Amino acid sequence: MLSAFIVVFREALEAALIIGIVLAACRGTAGRGLWAAAGIAAGLAGAAAVALFAGAIAEALANAGQEVFNASVLGLAVLMLGWHCVWMSRHAREMSERASAVARAVSEGARPLYAIAVVIAVAVLREGAETILFLHGIAAGAEGEGAASLLLGGAAGAAVAIAAGAVLYFGLIALPMRRLFQVTNGMVLLLAAGMASQAMGFLVQADLVPALGTAIWDTSNIVDDHSIAGRVLHALCGYVAQPSGIQIAAFAATALILIAWSWRVGRDRRTPVTVPASA
Amino acid sequence: MPTRLRSLTLALVFGLSAGLATAARAEDPAFTLEIKDHKFQPAELTVPAGKKVKLTVKNLDPSPEEFESKSLRVEKVIPGGKEGVVFIGPLKPGRYTFVGEFHEKTAKGVIVVQ
Repeated sequence: MLSAFIVVFREALEAALIIGIVLAACRGTAGRGLWAAAGIAAGLAGAAAVALFAGAIAEALANAGQEVFNASVLGLAVLMLGWHCVWMSRHAREMSERASAVARAVSEGARPLYAIAVVIAVAVLREGAETILFLHGIAAGAEGEGAASLLLGGAAGAAVAIAAGAVLYFGLIALPMRRLFQVTNGMVLLLAAGMASQAMGFLVQADLVPALGTAIWDTSNIVDDHSIAGRVLHALCGYVAQPSGIQIAAFAATALILIAWSWRVGRDRRTPVTVPASA
Repeated sequence: MPTRLRSLTLALVFGLSAGLATAARAEDPAFTLEIKDHKFQPAELTVPAGKKVKLTVKNLDPSPEEFESKSLRVEKVIPGGKEGVVFIGPLKPGRYTFVGEFHEKTAKGVIVVQ
């Protein structure tokens, strides 16, 4: 039961932290709960499908199928997170408390919540597929433990991970609105850059891109990959103790592109939101 | 999706396809690991330093295993009865640990690079 708890906790933690951040980033937007639930449901369905077709996926593309799949869904999440970052910059003024409630409502209505749903779906799918494969595998080869105790351990692991995500979420929304959006924008940026770095890691593993140097630095004595701190940092910004050159490049490029784009979009806005006379 | 983003996505996809087509794997030194009864065989594998290495992991167990090593930067689920291929390196000399994440108590090993 303990091994089931540990493995499921580790997988679920990453998804729970991501969901906590993006939900906090959408605070105040009507309908975000529905979109988040849709994302979770889609992610779980996708995870079941991936677990079912794990063999076919692995053998696809000359045995690089799993890595290409992982890199692709991560890449999709990077695009969605980036889009959200840029959208927030465009509407920063309307989102602040000083804007009128009506102006804010007009902005919120146009918010791309589907992007958030996709990010949540990707996180749940990736972690969920591994969890399903793990639980199915150890239940099949039970080794004296009943399937019930394994499921119980797994459920407990998921519950603790969800609690951790909840702590992050409630901690974030306790911030005043403007500070909240500054912080979550920064966290979303780090998430996007971290996922880009992770995607590159998979492509290097499948020998599809050059590593551009392995273990450019080694910070395992500061934060070890296997520690709780290391895993949390990995979930928040893709931290690895020994990154390859292309991972660092992907992280930096994503962060710089998003910062530059957001800044340019924020600067280009000339007119404030015009509220229709009938509103 | 804005058109600039769409072009970037297309460029990435084409670039990846080109990479897939031209990735030269025949010259990389190749090694094999087996998973049996949730243990790795051999538990210690020696590979040359400074070279990219092709590692084939054969899962002889009926249930899936996740082959993982943070130091080698590999993470791959290998379904039961199947095999998976990962590329590691070039590596500096040293010892790099790996585990089967689904059965960490018994599935562990070391890659010695020299």
